Amino acid sequence: MGKQVARYALLVALAMVLSWLESLIVFPGLLPGMKVGLTNLVVIFALYRMSLRDAAAISLVRVLLVSMTFGSAYSFAYSLAGAVLSLAVMAGLKKLDKFSILGVSIAGGVCHNMGQLLVAMAVLGTARLGWYLPWLLVSGVAAGTATGAVGGLVVNRIKPGI
Amino acid sequence: MKKKHRGDLLLAGSILLLAGVLLFLFRPGGQGAWVVVTADGAEIARYPLDEDRTVRLGDDTDYNILQIAGGAAAVVEADCGDHTCVRTGEISREGERIVCLPHRLIIQIEGGDGPVFDASAG
Repeated sequence: MGKQVARYALLVALAMVLSWLESLIVFPGLLPGMKVGLTNLVVIFALYRMSLRDAAAISLVRVLLVSMTFGSAYSFAYSLAGAVLSLAVMAGLKKLDKFSILGVSIAGGVCHNMGQLLVAMAVLGTARLGWYLPWLLVSGVAAGTATGAVGGLVVNRIKPGI
Repeated sequence: MKKKHRGDLLLAGSILLLAGVLLFLFRPGGQGAWVVVTADGAEIARYPLDEDRTVRLGDDTDYNILQIAGGAAAVVEADCGDHTCVRTGEISREGERIVCLPHRLIIQIEGGDGPVFDASAG
């Protein structure tokens, strides 16, 4: 029990640091809230090495804490939509067993961006943001490939029991 | 494992292909004619792109300064948190746009066959 709590705390802390790092990386032309997805590393680790429930709990706590510390009500809505959609799809694809961790992570990256786009459309009250979709698809694939590649290494190399 | 990598490749490939098709469909057109301002999903103003002007959009607390000069539009100043709108730079081609999410504002270039109606003159 104590070990489990410590593990949660460790991963949430790691996810928060990655969120903060990510907030420092700003590309011109990106809509706010659209990020590289470094924190997805932690979620992938939890999903593959622990369970979907653990991954969901860590992801949710991370979104809540990060929005309270660095963000706003808007950024909370973006992050939550991205996190929920991404985790749901990743869990589904993982269960399908047709893709490796790389493919699962790519789908997660793309869905993360989709979730944020949906919230942006709701906030702006317009479907006109559809033009942004292709860029989101490309950046989602790029981010997912990166986190999936690193995530694969992490999942395989970190000793069991940690 | 090999089989799964084929799945990965297929997945990434089809997403990128979809993105390519969408990019082609949404490609910017030629020089636009109108600068259309949308706030909260409703059009609030429409200015001809070939008339130079500077407009302050918003209220006392939240504002974006829209500048139209030399056939291009840009947000030159804003008090939103992220300044994505300012960093977007100049837009002039049909279909290009500047978005300010914190202020729920979209500034978009439209073509010449839009309604011949100048909201700013009314």
